[in-house]
Amino acid sequence: MEGVRLTSLVRSSGCNAKLPPGDLHRALDDLPQRRSEALIEGFESSDDALVYDLGDGRVLIETVDFFPPMVDDPEVFGEIAAANAISDIYAMGGEPKIAMSLMCFPSCLDISVMRRIMEGAIRKTEEAGVVIAGGHTLSDRDPKFGLAVTGFAAKDKVWSNKGALPGDVAVLTKRLGVGLLMTAHKAGETEAEEAISQMRLLNRRAKEAAEGLEVHAATDVTGFSLMGHSYEAASASGVTLRIAFDSLRFLPGAEDAARFGFVPEGRYTNEDYLSDKVHIPDSLPLHQRDMLFSPETSGGLLIFMPALDAKEYLERCPGAYAIGEVLEKRDKCVEVI
Amino acid sequence: MKTLDASGYSCPEPVIMTKKALKDSPDGLDVIVDNRASKENVTRYATALGYKVAVEEGSGNWTLRISR
Repeated sequence: MEGVRLTSLVRSSGCNAKLPPGDLHRALDDLPQRRSEALIEGFESSDDALVYDLGDGRVLIETVDFFPPMVDDPEVFGEIAAANAISDIYAMGGEPKIAMSLMCFPSCLDISVMRRIMEGAIRKTEEAGVVIAGGHTLSDRDPKFGLAVTGFAAKDKVWSNKGALPGDVAVLTKRLGVGLLMTAHKAGETEAEEAISQMRLLNRRAKEAAEGLEVHAATDVTGFSLMGHSYEAASASGVTLRIAFDSLRFLPGAEDAARFGFVPEGRYTNEDYLSDKVHIPDSLPLHQRDMLFSPETSGGLLIFMPALDAKEYLERCPGAYAIGEVLEKRDKCVEVI
Repeated sequence: MKTLDASGYSCPEPVIMTKKALKDSPDGLDVIVDNRASKENVTRYATALGYKVAVEEGSGNWTLRISR
């Protein structure tokens, strides 16, 4: 079936389809938790993946991520979903190795569309050195696709979103504004080539560029927005991250998308959860607040490292840029200036 | 004043509908929305075009009075 428009089949798309963070916390926070001695990062942590101690100096890292399409081309959707799922392994400093696919597929669609989604995913996983070794498929009204990914790291090299220290510099490896641009694109208001090629980009080089450098904490920026993921890392680390708005780099067109109201719904639920946790100056125009709280899909790594290491990292990793500095814990975990 | 009922639609649809409706009614119109994102986004759109927007809250919906 040529010409199928995947985005016309779904009500929300990409990481914008995440449930609101406040709802998640209400539903899950008080669940009983079984401890496992070998589990280094588990349910209670807001980290990007679980980390399991293999006992031989290595850890296993495991994550799962899937979402509805934000692009119409099935192969490109497969690539983006794979890059996005694998990113959580890179955000933990790991090397992704194996994966299983999760596919929800409408019976009204030609089965060749499923094949093309898988072809895109296989292309991207091969680029990452990952083998898809199986999966599970459901019939569903809205298409959705993603991967459960397993990776490995040396135990003393694994990253977490805890550990940022005062004096660290926070660097971000991709530009922001994907959610805004894809909303405007869905409305037929703008092209989205740059946003799409950025979503397809693996965070592999961003992770490998930190080889030999000191990384105190790391995460990736996805559906909970720059503000949400910054808050999670700063809060888990017990510090404050001060972000200079002017240092942020947005994809062309993202600011206009916000100004004209092409704002993803997740932006509002993100702010609901975060409004008392982050400080944003009243002088910041409304559309720039939108830019801070809008969900990203397959976003960049946010890495906290000592200033000298950050300088070296920025030289190694074109496209990465410093967004702010880490301070002793202040009133709010994130301050935008 | 012309009224556009965008209830039941989620973003970006209400903004697209408002854009089309304002072409036919350039002096303004009332837009009914039933979710917050639509209320915020239609307001942003009209404001960015230089319109004034007055929001009236109903039961389970909002009427956005867009005028010059």
